[in-house]
Amino acid sequence: MAVFESLSDKLQNTFKQLTGRGKLSEKDIKEAMREVKLALLEADVNFKIVKQFIKDVSERANGSEVMESLTPGQQVIKIVNEELTKLMGETNSKINISSKPPTVIMLVGLQGAGKTTTGGKLGNLLKKQGKSPLLVAGDIYRPAAIKQLQVVGESLDIPVFTMGDQIDPVDIAKASINQANKNSNDLVIIDTAGRLHIDENLMDELVQIKKAIVPDEILLVVDAMTGQDAVNVAESFNQQLGLTGVILTKLDGDTRGGAALSVRAVTGKPIKFIGVGEKLNDFEEFYPDRMASRILGMGDVLTLIEKAQENFDEEKAKKLQKKIKNQELDLDDFLEQMQQMKNMGPISDLMGMIPGMNNKALKNVNLDDRDLIKVEAIIQSMTKKERKNPGILNGSRKKRVASGSGTTVPDVNRLVKQFEQTKKMMKQMNQMSKGGKIKMPFM
Amino acid sequence: MIKSLFAKLTDGLNKTKHGFTERIDQLINNYGTIDEELLEEIEEVLITADVGMNTTMKVIEELREELKERKVIESIGIKEVLKDVLINHIALEEESMVDYETTPQIILVIGVNGVGKTTSIGKIANKFKKNGKSVLLAAGDTFRAAAIDQLKVWGNRVEIDVIAQQEGSDPASVIYDGIQAAKSRKTDVLICDTAGRLHNKKNLIMELHKVFKIVEREYPEAKREVLLVLDATTGQNAINQAKNFKEVADITGIVLTKLDGTAKGGAILAIKDEVDIPVKLVGLGESVEDLEDFDGETFVNALLS
Repeated sequence: MAVFESLSDKLQNTFKQLTGRGKLSEKDIKEAMREVKLALLEADVNFKIVKQFIKDVSERANGSEVMESLTPGQQVIKIVNEELTKLMGETNSKINISSKPPTVIMLVGLQGAGKTTTGGKLGNLLKKQGKSPLLVAGDIYRPAAIKQLQVVGESLDIPVFTMGDQIDPVDIAKASINQANKNSNDLVIIDTAGRLHIDENLMDELVQIKKAIVPDEILLVVDAMTGQDAVNVAESFNQQLGLTGVILTKLDGDTRGGAALSVRAVTGKPIKFIGVGEKLNDFEEFYPDRMASRILGMGDVLTLIEKAQENFDEEKAKKLQKKIKNQELDLDDFLEQMQQMKNMGPISDLMGMIPGMNNKALKNVNLDDRDLIKVEAIIQSMTKKERKNPGILNGSRKKRVASGSGTTVPDVNRLVKQFEQTKKMMKQMNQMSKGGKIKMPFM
Repeated sequence: MIKSLFAKLTDGLNKTKHGFTERIDQLINNYGTIDEELLEEIEEVLITADVGMNTTMKVIEELREELKERKVIESIGIKEVLKDVLINHIALEEESMVDYETTPQIILVIGVNGVGKTTSIGKIANKFKKNGKSVLLAAGDTFRAAAIDQLKVWGNRVEIDVIAQQEGSDPASVIYDGIQAAKSRKTDVLICDTAGRLHNKKNLIMELHKVFKIVEREYPEAKREVLLVLDATTGQNAINQAKNFKEVADITGIVLTKLDGTAKGGAILAIKDEVDIPVKLVGLGESVEDLEDFDGETFVNALLS
C-alpha cells in the first residue's frame, strides 16, 4: 500500500522533527505513536488491540530516558518493539509430549487455513525428531480432503489412518488411537475439517472429539493473511475448545501478519510454528522478535536502533562530548569513533539507516570500509604524543608512520587534514547547537 | 502488561459480539447532533471491517462532505448517508456483471492458496448449467495434492465433465487440452482451475502468464473472464493480491468467498479504490447453491450490521 512504501520515510521525517533530549515528552510519544498505530493497522492487527497496546505503551514510555544514541522517536519505537516482542510470547516450539503414548495433536481452524498441509509438515518435523507419527483423516466433508492427506502422507512416508467419509469424525478419532496403539505410533495428528467458528454443529463436533480422545495439544491453524476478524475466530475456537497453541501459515507471502498479534492477544496461547512455503519441510519455529518487527514493518529503523544500542558506549560518549566542547578532540578519539562505527556494520548500510539520509544523498559520498582500515593503521602507527597533537607530525615522522602502516605520506597527510576538518566541523556544530549533544557517535 | 491487555481485550470483545451498529445506534440516540465522536466510531467500524486506513479516511471525508451537502446535522440521519457513500464506492455497472449468456466463454479462476477456488468453480459451473449452458471443467491445479480429485468430486456433484492430466503435469497443457475439448464438443463454457499461488512468488506468477498466452492463442473467439478469488477473512493483504495478480492477468472480476462467517470483506472497498476491479460474485457457504451475484446494497448492509 502507498502508506507502506513510504512508512520508513515518514517515520524518519517524524523523528527529524522531534528534538530535545533527556526524557521522552508526551509530544514525542504522541507523534511516534501515530505512525505506530498506522503501521499496526495496516498490518491487520485488530483495531481494539492496537488501541489498547498504544495506550499501554504510551504510559510506559512517558518520561522514560532517551538513550544517548537514539532520537526520541527511535526511543519510542524501541519501546514499542520491546513490548510487541514481549506480547508475542516466548519462543515455545515444544509439543506437549504425553507421558502415556501416543501423544495426540488435533489441528483445527477455518477453511483454507492450511490444516492438511500443516498436518503433514508437523508430522514430518516430529518424525525427524524421532517420533513415529500417524496422520488421521478427520475431514470427511471437503471433497478429496482424505486423498490430499494420503498423498501428503505417502510423500513423507507417514501412515495415514482413514475410515472414508461416511463415518462420524468422533468415531474416526477414537479408532485412530487404537490404531496407533496397535502399530506403536507414539504420535497421532488429527486433521479436522475446516469450519466457521460460528457453525454450532461443526464446533460441537470438535468438542465431542476432544471429549472422546483428550488430546495433548489442540492447535489452531491460522492463515497469516487474516484480517480484523482473526480475534473473533481465535476467541471462539479458544473458548469452545481450550486451545494449547497456534500455528501460523502462509508467512512466505508478503503479508505483515498482524493476525499473529491479534490471535496471541485474545487467546494468550503461544504461537508454536510457522508455515513458510509449499514444500513439506517449509516449516519453522516461531520467533517472537522477528514477528514483531515484521508486523511493525520498520525493519531498517529497528536494525539501526539495535546496532546503536549494542555498540554505543554511553560513558565514552559523555567523555567525547566534553572533549568536543572543550575542543580537545584528538586522533585517539577519532580512531575510537571510527572503530565504533565499524562495529555497526558496513558504513554505507549505516548511513542509509540514519533518519534523513537517503540513497540519493549518499550517491556522491564514497564510503569504503577499506578506507577505514587504512585510517586505523595510520593512527595506530603514531606515537601517543602524535595522536594527541597531530601538529607535531613533520616530514620524517610522517614517513615513519606511512611505512609503519603500509601507506604513503600523502595518505597520512589526507588523514591529518580530514581530522582537522572534522574538528572544525564539530566546533561549528557545537556552537550551532549551543552545547547540545551529538546524535550519532560519528556525526 | 500482557495480562492486563488480555483482560481488557476480553471485555472489548464481548462488546464486539453485540455488533457495532448497536454502539453506533446508541451514539445516534444519545447525541442529538453529529459530532467527532460519532465519526470516530464509524471510522472504527470501517477499519474493523478490513476496509483499511486509506479508504476509511476517504470514506469519512466523503461522508463529511455529503452530510454538509445534504445539510444533515441530526445524528439520526447519518446512517443513510453513510450507506449511500459506501454503495457509491462499490456500485457495479450493469456490464460488469457475470455474463451468463455469451458463448463460447472461457473462465479462468485464480488466487492464493486456500481462498476457495475449486469450491467456487463448482458453484459457478452449477450456475451456468442452471442457465441452460453446457459446461466443461479443466483441472489446472496440478500442484496441490488431490486438487484434481477435489475438482472431479465437484464435477460429479454438478454432473459436468472434468478434463485432467495427472498431478505434476504442466498446467498450461491441461488448459490447452481443455480448450481443444471445449471446441470439439462445442461446449458453451469452459472453466479452468489453477493452483493456488502466493502473489509474491515470481515463478508461479509467470506460469500463470503462460496459461494466459495459451488461452489467447488457442481460443481467441471465446469471451474471456478472469476471476480472482479473494477470501473475505483476508485483511489488507488482499490489496496486494489484487495488485500483483492484475499485473499478469487481465482480471475481469472478483469472487469474494467465505462471507458467511463474521468477516466483513471490507478490503474489497480498498481494492475498488486502488485497483478498480469489480466484485462479481460472493460465496456464502459450502453447498453448491451458496454463490450469489454481488449486490452492493446487500454488501454494505452486511458490512454495517
